Amino acid sequence: MNPLKNNFRKILGVAALGLLAGVASAKNITLLNVSYDPTRELYKEINKSFISGWEAKHPGDKLTIQQSHGGSGKQARAVIDGLKADVVTLALAFDVGVLNTQAKLVPPDWDKQLKHNSAPYTSTIVFLVRKGNPKKIKDWNDLTRKGVSVITPNPKTSGGARWNYLAAWGYALRQPGGNEAKARDFVKALFKNVPVLDAGARGATTTFVQRGIGDVFLSWENEAYLAVNELGAGRFEIIYPSVSILAEPSVAVVEKVAKKKGTTEIAKAYLEFLYTEEGQEIAARHYYRPRSEKAFAKYKANFPDLKLFTIDEAFGGWTKAQKKHFDDGGEFDQIYVK
Amino acid sequence: MPSPISPAPAKNGPEVRQQTPRARMRDAVGEPPWMRRLLIGLAILLISVILLVPLAAVFHQAFAKGVDGYIAAITAPDTLSAIRLTLLACAIAVPFNVVFGVAAAWAIAKFDFKGKNFLITLIDIPFSVSPVIAGLVFILLFGAQGYFGEFLSEHDIQLVFAVPGIVLATIFVTFPFVARELIPVMQAQGTEEEEASISLGADGWKTFWRITLPNIKWGLLYGVVLCNARAMGEFGAVSVVSGHIRGETNTLPLHVEILYNEYDFSGAFAVASLLAFLAVITLIAKKFLERGVRAEIKAAENMVPEQGALHS
Repeated sequence: MNPLKNNFRKILGVAALGLLAGVASAKNITLLNVSYDPTRELYKEINKSFISGWEAKHPGDKLTIQQSHGGSGKQARAVIDGLKADVVTLALAFDVGVLNTQAKLVPPDWDKQLKHNSAPYTSTIVFLVRKGNPKKIKDWNDLTRKGVSVITPNPKTSGGARWNYLAAWGYALRQPGGNEAKARDFVKALFKNVPVLDAGARGATTTFVQRGIGDVFLSWENEAYLAVNELGAGRFEIIYPSVSILAEPSVAVVEKVAKKKGTTEIAKAYLEFLYTEEGQEIAARHYYRPRSEKAFAKYKANFPDLKLFTIDEAFGGWTKAQKKHFDDGGEFDQIYVK
Repeated sequence: MPSPISPAPAKNGPEVRQQTPRARMRDAVGEPPWMRRLLIGLAILLISVILLVPLAAVFHQAFAKGVDGYIAAITAPDTLSAIRLTLLACAIAVPFNVVFGVAAAWAIAKFDFKGKNFLITLIDIPFSVSPVIAGLVFILLFGAQGYFGEFLSEHDIQLVFAVPGIVLATIFVTFPFVARELIPVMQAQGTEEEEASISLGADGWKTFWRITLPNIKWGLLYGVVLCNARAMGEFGAVSVVSGHIRGETNTLPLHVEILYNEYDFSGAFAVASLLAFLAVITLIAKKFLERGVRAEIKAAENMVPEQGALHS
């Protein structure tokens, strides 16, 4: 027999075996993370770190993590309608909760599955103003002044905007002599100063930063830093009000989808990665307040002190707040009639 | 060089003026030259402000980071995948609509049947329905909570928030383009040529390939160009069913929005310039094809009296 041919056969055989072995252990895995608007840059970095860690531990695996971003409420709706998310990382607990109440995609106790109410990082609502703060905006009560134009997205579709609204309401409640009626009047006066309502946080940022509309932008803390650092160095300033709300963006494995796709294990590992020191540091670098004290201390300069109240303290939890304020015919609908 | 006729009107007055068509037209319109110039100037100004300046702005922004930035933006993996998906959607939607459009136009123009007007109205629905509604309809039908949601998920079929949904939505919004373009051409042509062909022994299929199709080729091409332009540019309906998964279910227009929202303005406009470029090609093709379509209709109209004369 031709020795060359023989060798060739051997090589072929070995190659085939190798291929078979490879197929047996290596997997092509795709995860879909459905998230809200401002987390694009954060999860780009998280994904990179998690993928290299996972592939190092599971040689042969090829992991791809896909991203989808949009207004938090809209994204939750898409997942309910069949967008095959393995994990959701949304702006607020309510939007993850509807995945249970509307479609049983997550278990009822989803917020107990991970530490800190399944919110691996927190954030808050701050003010972004134009350089030099020409309108002298210092605190929430300045937002209701005449001639101050306030930019916030629509609380009906945007998670961040719901935090904005509740932060303003909570501020009014905490003022001396504050009560529900005064809070309603305060928020109403504030929304009188809102010229446009964008659907999501990103659209609102663009309105304020690119189109130059408005004197003050109620923004996620991380989004405000992004605007200052990336978009208009020297054009904007961040103002910390006296008090604001502790925003807890929640994450969950969409168990029904992950189970079907066989990705439960890796989806869980992905979310747990957010709680590791590495994940927490990435979050802190992107101006999300980490839960880890170590990471917080390391990036303390990013996070000035301010008084924060939780939604449970001020509103008795998301379900109540949503029903009272944002459902059809709720407080917001009555406040925002033009 | 002055033509021999032109000095004549000045000399001989209205009598001769009547004979030159150009002079007669000027009288009929009756606008003094300054007025005409003003109107033309206004039209050009308006077109510049509304069309040319934005188009120039798109290209200017696209090259804001130089040629390298432009090339980097349109060769980024997510952009390439958006281009692929857009081309795929067109590659399915356009042939589908060609087959459907020819069949529908054929049926409507060459045959009389009950419910013909109803069929024409049905074909027009995508024109009158907002694209958002078109997208939501598919969610309502094929979404997880939709009428067929359970069946689809039991059989592991993913329509919405995946490529098939995007193709479906594209087909829906481009549905009328080919049919709408062909119906008037076919109606003007009538059925005489087909009748002659069949009476000479050709079968229906042969008649279609040899007689009908060559007669409508310009109209068909025109419809294809319009259909393709809309298929590539569609935003609303596709946005609803896309799910916005990067590198997977983003078409070119959706990708423009994503880049814009990521503050990558020059990237967004670089990708937008691809769409603008397509629009320019479409315009040129349209101009070119319109001539063919007019010739087709004219040929059909000329044919009718000839045949009438033959009969008498």
